[in-house]
Amino acid sequence: MSLESQELDELKTKIGRDPTSTELQIVAAEWSEHCSYKSSKRHLKMLPMTGPLVITEKGYDSGVLDVGDGYVVTAHIESHNHPSAVEPFGGAATGVGGVIRDILSTGTRPIALFDGLRFGNIEKDKQAKWLFKNAVSGISAYGNCLGIPTIGGEVEFDECYKNYALVDVAAVGFGKKENLIKNHAQKGDVVVLLGGATGRDGIGGSQFASDSLESEDRSAIQIPDPFIEKLIIEAILEARNQKLIHAMKDLGGGGLSCAVSETADSLGIGIEMDVTKVHTRESDMHPDEIMVSESQERMLIVTNLEKLEKLKIICEKFNIQCSVIGHVTFDNLMHVKNGEDTIAKISTDVVTNATLLDLPSKKPAYLETIEDEKEFPLLENYSEILSKLLFSPNISSKIWVYGQYDHEVGIRTVVKPGVDASVLRLDNGKFLSAKIDGNPKHCYINPREGAIGCFEEACRNVVCTGAKPIGMLDHLQFGNPKDTEIFWTFLESLKGLTDFANDFEIPCVGGKVSLYNETPSGSIKPTPVIGVLGLIDKTPMISQKISENDCLVILGDTKNELGGSEYFEYIHKFIGGKCPVVNFVDSKKNMKSVLEIIQDKLVKSVHDCSKGGLAVAVSELCMTNNVGCSVSLEKVPGESLPTDKILFSESHSRYLLIVEKNKLEHLKSILEKNNTSFEIIGNFGGNSISFSNNSKPVIDLLVDKTQKVWLSSLEELVMHA
Amino acid sequence: MKVGVVVFPGSNCDRDMFHVLTDVFHLDAQYYWHDKGLPENIDAVILPGGFSYGDRLRAGVIAAHSPVIKDVQKMSEKGIPILGVCNGFQILVESGLLPGVLLKNDSLNFMCEWTDLIVENNQTPFTNQFELNQKIPIPIANGEGKYFADDETLKSLQKNNQIVFRYSDVVNGSSNRIAGVCNEDGNVVGMMPHPERAVESEINPIDNKPSSLIFESLLEQMGVKN
Repeated sequence: MSLESQELDELKTKIGRDPTSTELQIVAAEWSEHCSYKSSKRHLKMLPMTGPLVITEKGYDSGVLDVGDGYVVTAHIESHNHPSAVEPFGGAATGVGGVIRDILSTGTRPIALFDGLRFGNIEKDKQAKWLFKNAVSGISAYGNCLGIPTIGGEVEFDECYKNYALVDVAAVGFGKKENLIKNHAQKGDVVVLLGGATGRDGIGGSQFASDSLESEDRSAIQIPDPFIEKLIIEAILEARNQKLIHAMKDLGGGGLSCAVSETADSLGIGIEMDVTKVHTRESDMHPDEIMVSESQERMLIVTNLEKLEKLKIICEKFNIQCSVIGHVTFDNLMHVKNGEDTIAKISTDVVTNATLLDLPSKKPAYLETIEDEKEFPLLENYSEILSKLLFSPNISSKIWVYGQYDHEVGIRTVVKPGVDASVLRLDNGKFLSAKIDGNPKHCYINPREGAIGCFEEACRNVVCTGAKPIGMLDHLQFGNPKDTEIFWTFLESLKGLTDFANDFEIPCVGGKVSLYNETPSGSIKPTPVIGVLGLIDKTPMISQKISENDCLVILGDTKNELGGSEYFEYIHKFIGGKCPVVNFVDSKKNMKSVLEIIQDKLVKSVHDCSKGGLAVAVSELCMTNNVGCSVSLEKVPGESLPTDKILFSESHSRYLLIVEKNKLEHLKSILEKNNTSFEIIGNFGGNSISFSNNSKPVIDLLVDKTQKVWLSSLEELVMHA
Repeated sequence: MKVGVVVFPGSNCDRDMFHVLTDVFHLDAQYYWHDKGLPENIDAVILPGGFSYGDRLRAGVIAAHSPVIKDVQKMSEKGIPILGVCNGFQILVESGLLPGVLLKNDSLNFMCEWTDLIVENNQTPFTNQFELNQKIPIPIANGEGKYFADDETLKSLQKNNQIVFRYSDVVNGSSNRIAGVCNEDGNVVGMMPHPERAVESEINPIDNKPSSLIFESLLEQMGVKN
């Protein structure tokens, strides 16, 4: 795990000599895929990253959005896949820690976490179960201790993650615009390392994450300490309030090497530092180890000598260490000393700007036939099929997961986890809605349309709470980019996201690329995970309890596009067919209509229709409200389809609206005015979830019995099966 | 009239509690960092929730040795109202100001959920506005929230009317479903659920009035007209 031979040649040419061993370590960390984005960077520029609410500042690791009245929201997404696949508790926990420090480094307080977890088939695979259980514990242990609520996320199981784990964490911060750190440095400024001691954990972590997972390199895994992180958060925010910070960066991948070189490069300065000044956990660490250690809970701060004294008082209060490790220079060099000896002296431009690759891509051969449809033997017992889906690991309630996360601390959580998007109240009277979504099954069949679908689904969820989408986070997770076919799927997904973002004017405010996600049995399916932030100016949509005689209205068309659906894959074990495609015009129209209806207070509740299709979405409404519903499938708008396809199609842009009878006319007038496709398809009441098609009963399930199993099946599977 | 909110390294509900005291109930509240003493002129003390010292060794056990605890003890002897919530309750128990211990939940997991409490003692400074047996919908969020005491202690708790709150259902395996207790004098109360998370209707999906009575009881005790 070091530089490839042509990269070494390039480095020699650039600096005109042989690099020292320390320089080699620094450059290897910084030129790794994980830190340099060398495969993806030239393409990521296609995403729109500006907009009226976006605030940009040099050196920020997270996106900043102006939410009015002098306040900002910050957001970022990260993953910790490689470490979590080896040590799920620590890997997931340190993943949380890292993304929180990105939020903190802008000078905002982290106020919410989201996590997206993906593992192999837990019904068959004991290792997948172990990874899942421990990743959840790791997130719970870390986030809860910090007092940052974990308010949303997703959990998915798919054979493609066998012996592997995708652990994505998104974080949201909040603060006053005037308190944002305006990264800068002045003559005489010093460079301070604050927080946990540097040890021998996470050595070479970023290179480890930039390669296929072939060995369980435990020394590359970082060790979590949420208590120190909590102290750092409070100390930094106190220092921010006293305006003691000129520039700040968290130590993540590549450790000091990356933090020092990137800080210097973004500020247009040089930094001279001495490894002997770094507070370490062990006394005999090699200087190179100190430079690349990825020990957690550390922050790099640039300040002046006068402010340093005040910063030291704060650190003393919180009993955290802070060491002056160097000072600012103006020669644009990263100068590392070991006491009196120079061990690295290299241009920050060379270190931080790896030569970007322009990798070749080719449409994967499998895509030529993947969309071919297949005839299945006719299944008759739809009640049984629906039960099977509702109790499957992908669709069953995730209460066992989010019940282990403190989702109330901070007293902002207005809409709690377990429904669509969660909603937080902000100090200016507005509300923030957020959701993350991925769908590797769709993305495998059509990387472009699948990625757009994830984006639209996250938007839909946010819209269900009455929020207008204002920003997007993208997390692009793929296999080895040097495989031309994989790289093609990466580019297609990116192009799809770009088109949607441009058309809907939702800027990308942050993101991450994670490549080399390879399992012993091959690459993962393309797994872009999209986070969407929405803003609510006045009142959020709070679901009211559904009562007897309320009507069920569906908005949007149901189409023959079941490729990658839970029905095809979980019931028929078939991977293929056409996956759902978002029609931009309809999507926009439906979002607008839903927001208008919510604003006019015409609905009791709005629910997104996605995984498992209409049948699952209706069941979820019944189970969370303890009420029955009868649905007439022949009324469902869209293509003329056989019963199973109406029940389980995962077409996008669909919403379920729960409406009181006396508001139906008003609702209809708005939907007709907007030329939206909709129908009244059912009535609530009774105690069973029932579907009929042309008066012929199709499904009949008792709400209470179904609810009981739906709530407990995941826990049963993880803890007892 | 001043309420002291004690902050330990790792407290994380201090700001929530402060918000409720000042913005919702318009009390004069002040933070006190754990390594200093408390001034004489404080009228009530609250130990908020969180993970003091990262719950190392055992929840609350290190914070129970903080310098501030000596003053908390002195105030408890003077009869000043003291409330410990969640980790604050664990600290009060570990410092011997309240009887019993808090163990890992039966699920062995951290649990965050809404639950119902039943008021068993309406004579304390934090419950004087309740009817006996009144129900309080309120969230819990803890990993070590299972209240345990030996039979003898349980008997004396019952006898001295020291059981303040019980869970309405079996939640985490607590002895006799105990969710909150007080000292013999009744001025020191500890509870695992979080009243500060339940007093505002915006974030309480069920009913915010019962939890508000915990703070209104304190106002009554202190003779403050709200």
